[in-house]
Amino acid sequence: MKEEIRQTTTIAVASGKGGTGKTTVAVNLALTFSRAGKKTLLLDCDVEAPNAHIFLGTEGMESSRVTVRVPVVDESKCDGCGACGKACRFSAIVSLGGKALTFPSLCHACGGCVIACPNKAISEGEREIGAAFRGMFHGVDFAYGKLRIGEAMSPPLIRVVKKFKSDAELAIVDSPPGTSCPVVQSVRGSDYVALVTEPTPFGLHDLKLAVEMIREIGIPFGCIVNRAEAGDRLAHDFCLENDIPVIGAIPDDRRAAEAYSRGIPLIDALPDFKLLFEELGGKLIETAEACARKEVRR
Amino acid sequence: MKIAITSKGNTVDSPVDPRFGRAAGFMVCDIDTGECAYKDNAQNLSASQGAGIQSAKNVADSGVSAIVTGHCGPKAFSALKAAGIKIYTGAEGTVAENIEKFKAGSVKEIDNADVEGHWS
Repeated sequence: MKEEIRQTTTIAVASGKGGTGKTTVAVNLALTFSRAGKKTLLLDCDVEAPNAHIFLGTEGMESSRVTVRVPVVDESKCDGCGACGKACRFSAIVSLGGKALTFPSLCHACGGCVIACPNKAISEGEREIGAAFRGMFHGVDFAYGKLRIGEAMSPPLIRVVKKFKSDAELAIVDSPPGTSCPVVQSVRGSDYVALVTEPTPFGLHDLKLAVEMIREIGIPFGCIVNRAEAGDRLAHDFCLENDIPVIGAIPDDRRAAEAYSRGIPLIDALPDFKLLFEELGGKLIETAEACARKEVRR
Repeated sequence: MKIAITSKGNTVDSPVDPRFGRAAGFMVCDIDTGECAYKDNAQNLSASQGAGIQSAKNVADSGVSAIVTGHCGPKAFSALKAAGIKIYTGAEGTVAENIEKFKAGSVKEIDNADVEGHWS
């Protein structure tokens, strides 16, 4: 997978807090890059609540079922030895009352139990966890995943969305919010991460967590301050103190909120935002491409 | 006959732990001889998921035929059923009081989980 991504410069848009403007930034950047003549791929990896398609459209998208492997026990061969349960870290299979019992919703599809079973009583079946969609909108090659309602296992679906083959020069990954497995799965393999934050105490608190996570993964990153109020230094000061580049700021503007609420990309609704994203995108792409060439290593 | 009662402490005077999967521990009691032993469940108390399943495995390994607890979720229920263990819920008060209630037949057996799982 790494090799496939290497040919494309990949920028992940992430945040600690939800609702900071990841999708707004990701969609507007993708459209800006595409209009500047770059072959652009947008991957909405927020599979629990995908919404980039609201701005881009869904018409004519190709869909595919996404499944994960789950253990299927042949009870005639199972002697209840418990080797499967010992191999499973997630309690997805356990030997009780003389036979193996499976809990598919807990299974991480590692296949360990199949190998561990001395009686070859376990084979692998499929469990549907969601669907992936792919289409072309306004010159942007666009894909997103949609997790089945009630499903907790999002990383395998995110992996499918990220594996869509493309000849794009540039890929934008719209990550889910937070710092847990789905986020790690989304940003991993990117050349650069743009952390979108807002200058509020909540925003700052969750930004700190996101920074810790990205540093742990070891990807170069910078911040975009959204809904920035003139004079509100909360996010800027934190970045300054912690040696984090601020890639840009997006002003708090009622017109932006109105365009967003109607599902219109900011760059189409507001000429000043078009300029803003061209500048932001220019800076971002320069930094990300430099990182992709490994000129910058943090 | 041995039963397990979810317990917040390691004596029969300890209060019952209302949770099964994430119970602090179990008092495993032989109701014929009156002998009781404490079985720790700390590992499952802090598990990120599958606590009910592992707790069921934990009590099944002690050879009990019934459990008495406050509530039981769906995965713990399936696991206990598969192990052939009867499930009694609604327990309150101390472990000792519930041993007496069990002997008197005044605890409620359930044939379905009585609470939702915490995880899908």
